[in-house]
Amino acid sequence: MSQEVFHYPGLNLGKAHPRTHAIAQTTIFGFWVFLMSDAILFGLVFSSYVTSVHATAGAPGPKQLFDITSVFAETLLLLASSFTFGMASLSMKYSHSKRRLVGWLVLTLVLGAGFLGLETHDFLTMVAKGGAPEHSGFLSAFWDLVPLHGLHVTGGSIWLICLLGQIKRYGLDTRTKLDIMRLALFWHFLDIVWIAIFTVVYLAGLA
Amino acid sequence: MSERTDQIGDRPAGLELQRREFYSYVSGVVLALILTLVPFGLVHFGHAPVTTVYWVIGCLAFVQMIVHFRFFLHIGFRQKREDLQLILFSAVLLIIMIGGTVWIMGSLAGRMMLPLQP
Repeated sequence: MSQEVFHYPGLNLGKAHPRTHAIAQTTIFGFWVFLMSDAILFGLVFSSYVTSVHATAGAPGPKQLFDITSVFAETLLLLASSFTFGMASLSMKYSHSKRRLVGWLVLTLVLGAGFLGLETHDFLTMVAKGGAPEHSGFLSAFWDLVPLHGLHVTGGSIWLICLLGQIKRYGLDTRTKLDIMRLALFWHFLDIVWIAIFTVVYLAGLA
Repeated sequence: MSERTDQIGDRPAGLELQRREFYSYVSGVVLALILTLVPFGLVHFGHAPVTTVYWVIGCLAFVQMIVHFRFFLHIGFRQKREDLQLILFSAVLLIIMIGGTVWIMGSLAGRMMLPLQP
């Protein structure tokens, strides 16, 4: 396994898809550069959160506002959706029919929507408990960071819906495959950002 | 545009690779699940000192990120392009910027005697 050479991030299509594999070498690398710059953006928002975490100014703090059960469920949903997207990538590479690929992608979309639904519910509960962004520096930083990730997931879900339309309209041509590969990277990347969020924001806040 | 030649491949080697790639995702999700359950359990049920908890969940999160990079994003030491170097370079930038910000703002809070604990 250690002898394997990876040509680009994500599942390498290899010999089975020679044309896509060749184009992916540059296209996917370009997308990878974008993802890393997005990581820098998240990192800076994280640092502003960490510096203002104690600035609660009398408003409710992490222990009053966060619900660990709900965050745990969100984490599992996002992890499961990462896995189902991996299965989608595998069926794109190996399966002869589109049906299995579309099935996994739809399942990923459902899990992503479940994540967003739970997160929205959390946000509304927070506002009801007096945790709106304007109440303290801590809350402003929180509402800057966590919904930014939620916005990314929303963008990814819209992208996924567009991809499903693209598969239906054009079939699995080179362009569609490259788009699926890029969304796969984006989706797995968002799961990595979520690890940082549940650790730094939720678990550290409740510890 | 469709790639008809795509469907042809040497079967036995292809099947072996397919099996390996499938188990890469499975081991990724199993490891990630363990690395998620432990910190959540520690915070929810544990009574360890806060500083210890911070260190443990921080280290587990770091390991889980590596697991995701390795098994979901297929990043290894043998990359054809500079994918891994780009991650490491971004990590260095993040350490400098986050570390510097937290250090300076923390020091400022200490000197201004701002509340460090709510």
